[in-house]
Amino acid sequence: MILEPRFTGDVADLPTHKFGPGSLTWWGIIGFMVIEGTFFALAFAAYFFLMGHEQGWPPEARQAPNLLWGTLFLIVILLSEIPNTMIKKAAHERDVPAIRALMPVIIGIGGVLLIIRGFEFNNLNCRWTDDAYSSIVWAILFLHTTHILTDWGDTVVLWFLMMTDVGWEGRRLVDTDENCMYWRYVWLLWIPVYLLVYWVPRL
Amino acid sequence: MTELERVRAEDQRLAKERQRIARDGPKLTGAKLEARLERTWRRPPGILGWLATVDHKEIGRRYIITALLFLALGGMLSLAMRLQLAQPDSNLISPQRYNELFTMHGSTMMFLFAVPVMEGVAVFIIPLMLGTRSTAFPRLNAFSYYMYLFGGLLLWVAFLLNIGPDIGWFAYTPLSGPQFSPGKRADIWAQMITFTEVSALAAAVVLICTILKARAPGMTLARMPLFAWAMLVVAVMIVFSMPSIALCSGMLISDRLVGTQFYNHYEHGDALLWQHLFWFFGHPEVYIIFLPATGFVSVITETFCRRPIFAYPVVVLALISTGILAFGLWVHHMFATGLPRVGYSFYTSASMTVAIPTGLQIFCWLATMWDGRPRFQVPMLYVVGFIVTFVIGGLSGVIIASVPLDLQLHDTYFIVAHFHYVLIGGAVFPLLGILTYWFPKITGRMMSETLGKIGFWMLFLGFQLAFFPMHFAGLLGMPRRVYTYPAGLGLELPNLLSTIGAFVVATAVGLFVVNGLYSLYRGAIAPPNPWEASTLEWATTSPPPPYNFAHVPVVDSKTPLWDAEGELPVVTGLRVDEKETLLTTVVAASPDLREPVPAASLWPLILSIAVAVFFISSIFSPWAVLFGSIPCAIAAAAWFWPKELNRNPEPVIT
Repeated sequence: MILEPRFTGDVADLPTHKFGPGSLTWWGIIGFMVIEGTFFALAFAAYFFLMGHEQGWPPEARQAPNLLWGTLFLIVILLSEIPNTMIKKAAHERDVPAIRALMPVIIGIGGVLLIIRGFEFNNLNCRWTDDAYSSIVWAILFLHTTHILTDWGDTVVLWFLMMTDVGWEGRRLVDTDENCMYWRYVWLLWIPVYLLVYWVPRL
Repeated sequence: MTELERVRAEDQRLAKERQRIARDGPKLTGAKLEARLERTWRRPPGILGWLATVDHKEIGRRYIITALLFLALGGMLSLAMRLQLAQPDSNLISPQRYNELFTMHGSTMMFLFAVPVMEGVAVFIIPLMLGTRSTAFPRLNAFSYYMYLFGGLLLWVAFLLNIGPDIGWFAYTPLSGPQFSPGKRADIWAQMITFTEVSALAAAVVLICTILKARAPGMTLARMPLFAWAMLVVAVMIVFSMPSIALCSGMLISDRLVGTQFYNHYEHGDALLWQHLFWFFGHPEVYIIFLPATGFVSVITETFCRRPIFAYPVVVLALISTGILAFGLWVHHMFATGLPRVGYSFYTSASMTVAIPTGLQIFCWLATMWDGRPRFQVPMLYVVGFIVTFVIGGLSGVIIASVPLDLQLHDTYFIVAHFHYVLIGGAVFPLLGILTYWFPKITGRMMSETLGKIGFWMLFLGFQLAFFPMHFAGLLGMPRRVYTYPAGLGLELPNLLSTIGAFVVATAVGLFVVNGLYSLYRGAIAPPNPWEASTLEWATTSPPPPYNFAHVPVVDSKTPLWDAEGELPVVTGLRVDEKETLLTTVVAASPDLREPVPAASLWPLILSIAVAVFFISSIFSPWAVLFGSIPCAIAAAAWFWPKELNRNPEPVIT
């Protein structure tokens, strides 16, 4: 130090983890959510920009995507919030056994969602090469799928970690809590995406 | 014993161990503390340690040096173009090569120099300025640098292999689409974008979290240095604007590689979709480059006028409002595409409106100089050069915000003159000023004042000689991006002057580099606070130790070192045997949390190599998206995974 220190206080008793906005990673995740949300917002803007050129939507010779699989996806992903909330609560209560037991449930749901997503792509009634409408619909669904996939991978890694001794550490509980927050974001995103992909062409 | 009982017993044992952890404080201070912190914070030895470092100062330095190398490369391309244009009907460079040169020049300057250099300076200085020991997420910071480096290498290696892009720095469709740009040139451009955007977005998150959560206790938002404010605004702008170009270049790649139809008019796509998405990024980009420079100007003006910046709240509000208005201007790049009347009016008025906050900042700096006692040393000269040059560029900007004039001047050298005035005058001048200013902080030595002054005047005058005549060439109708021009149209003189000016500029920049290298070895040893500045980066040694500050400083004013009166208030209690830093609350900066700082790690480098393989191979095959992502997932998991799985008394990130 260049200047003589004048001691004004001590921070040794401060905690080393906090849930919510106190946590640094909470801010990091919010930052990435905003970035990814901007991707979606701009993809939506591109969708409406292309739609503005057309007489009908979907363009002539195209059919709107079949509702079944997208709606099923919506129902399952909304239901996934039940175990998600339970895990989040368990993280706040340091109930590690509950977290260990519930995480496979949410991982399983993620797997089911990925399978349903495969059927969704198959029921869009178009291929990405057909026209600009098809391309943007595929792009938006692809963008959302990357979120399901990355969160699924992330959750699997976290589950393995929670099965070890360090799962009892406060910062790992914060990780669990923030992983649940991110999953909320992923399913919240699905609602506008679902409306856009499945219902806007039916308006 | 059940697991829960075992864990509780473990908790008690760890609580006892926690009491024994060594921490800084009145009993552990001075040389003894510094030696212990040095052992804890220093970089691991050897080349692997060098590659694994997460020290923000080393990463910031690498960012700055890499960006300056790209500046030199981009500058050489401009000299080649100026040689070609020195005479009419010149055949020195072929039209195809000329297309590559201006594409490489623009792309290099915008994506590989201007944005990264600002981020690099911020990554180096912001934690020091805020009085903290590290950036947030230092490994992400390292990853961001490597992504940037690989993106730059991709572009330049491709250029040297004669497959460099030739589609202009904004790569308009349909020219850049599969029909008119077969081959891989356009894909290389688009993938370079992906690299640099991932890098910039990662750096933006690092900076936002650092600025919001890692400020010294007492450094409320209202006391934050203006450069930190500028970088906060810029980082938020990056978050909202860079996804736009990543999205549209991703769509371009997929049009070219897998046959999507986003920009294909024949299949209901639209080439203008590209322009909208590109400029939704491209216009904020200008301010992403300019606003950090305004932060530099505020820093230099305050120090060299020896008074706090005039009307600090006005400058902060001007930064924020410029950041917001920058998102409402993109269509003024598209006036010539044909727009609804109301669009013309809206974007004209928005473009003129943005001059207001910028003007307010300029008046605040002038008022600071008026009321202060300016010392015209090299950094301050660059500020004065900035104000003169930027105001000229700003005024020509207001001129072309008007649609009828824009339609006349669109794609002429008038525009080239305008944006070089605002980008070089507005960003490069302050950058060279701030590099001179922070050179002692980075290296421990002063740059030569004499060489600096000669270099400044050469640069300032050479710049005017190079770019002012371009206004006239543009008014005479000389179009951009055309490799030559015919004799007899009155374009000979302005072009010759521009070429002479360009070489003067290049010599001046060369002189800056010579000055830097000379001073690195022979410069005067810098005193602790050589410019008598007010901010915290000068409260530690130059160059700073790996841990930045032995004790965490406390702040109770906007100008802590001017108000220090010989001693620096500090808080204590951070551990010294492991890397730890202090987090504070977002607005009031009250101590909030002790945060472990990650150890050096090779995983950011390994992940960035995996991502580079993924990105580059996806230029050639869509299957790369599938196979390339698997190593990335493994590397990301390994990055996150702790290297030891037993519990510690206090968290560490291994």
